[in-house]
Amino acid sequence: MTGASVAVMAEAPPDAARIATEARDRVRFEEEALALSDQVYRVARHLAGSREDADDLVQETYARAFRSWRSYTPGTNLRAWLLRILTNLNIDRGRRQQRAPQMQALEANDYFLYDKLAESDGSVPDEERVVERLSQDDIVSALSAVPHDFRDVIVLVDIGDFTYQDAAQILDIPIGTVMSRLHRGRRILKRELAESVAEET
Amino acid sequence: MSIHDDPCAHCEEMMQPYLDHMLSEDERVAAEAHLDECDWCRRRYRFEESLRVYVRQIVSEPMPVELKAKLAALRLPLD
Repeated sequence: MTGASVAVMAEAPPDAARIATEARDRVRFEEEALALSDQVYRVARHLAGSREDADDLVQETYARAFRSWRSYTPGTNLRAWLLRILTNLNIDRGRRQQRAPQMQALEANDYFLYDKLAESDGSVPDEERVVERLSQDDIVSALSAVPHDFRDVIVLVDIGDFTYQDAAQILDIPIGTVMSRLHRGRRILKRELAESVAEET
Repeated sequence: MSIHDDPCAHCEEMMQPYLDHMLSEDERVAAEAHLDECDWCRRRYRFEESLRVYVRQIVSEPMPVELKAKLAALRLPLD
């Protein structure tokens, strides 16, 4: 008799104090997540194929994050947690922008782009000025031409400033794969850049 | 000729891990010894560093203001 009444007591409706604590935690989570939205967008813009897709992807990510905020562990990397949701959604969407796989070799050597850019200049060029021959359009379109597996890693590490460890967790791949994709991906990007420059001249 | 007979080809292979600080101490010292005496490779390393900075700057687009408002509106009402 006494035991049963204790059990009833334990299942009593949560008290006002607990509700208030949970509301406060949730508001704090939402505010921290929203404060990171510029950084999340910056990465999303190049994980997705277009501005419109990036816009949708970021909204879906935040809608999902706000619903499942309880699964975030306070004190861990919230930006990486949000990006993990975002990359999974991006993969689920079937990556509509995926180009047909190219059959030719994707990568050039590491010095290839510099040699290409420098050869059009008779004098010995200044390395810091040589990059300025690449326009924003050249770079954005070259980046979007890099196959997703490689592009995701470049965008997270070289644009989003994530560590290899974070990128490995976000993409759910081993850290060694992050490094090899990063190295190959940068070479693919440089080859695409060299091609866009060649087309212009 | 293998890559190890051509110091510049070897240096090219070392460039990404060097700039990522992923080389072992011995490899780093060897790469720097070559770079000290090879202006040709040194230029190409400097270009790579400039390229990374440039790409990061140029592809960073600010988030549309409307999107920021849409995200704030996605917050769930407190029950």
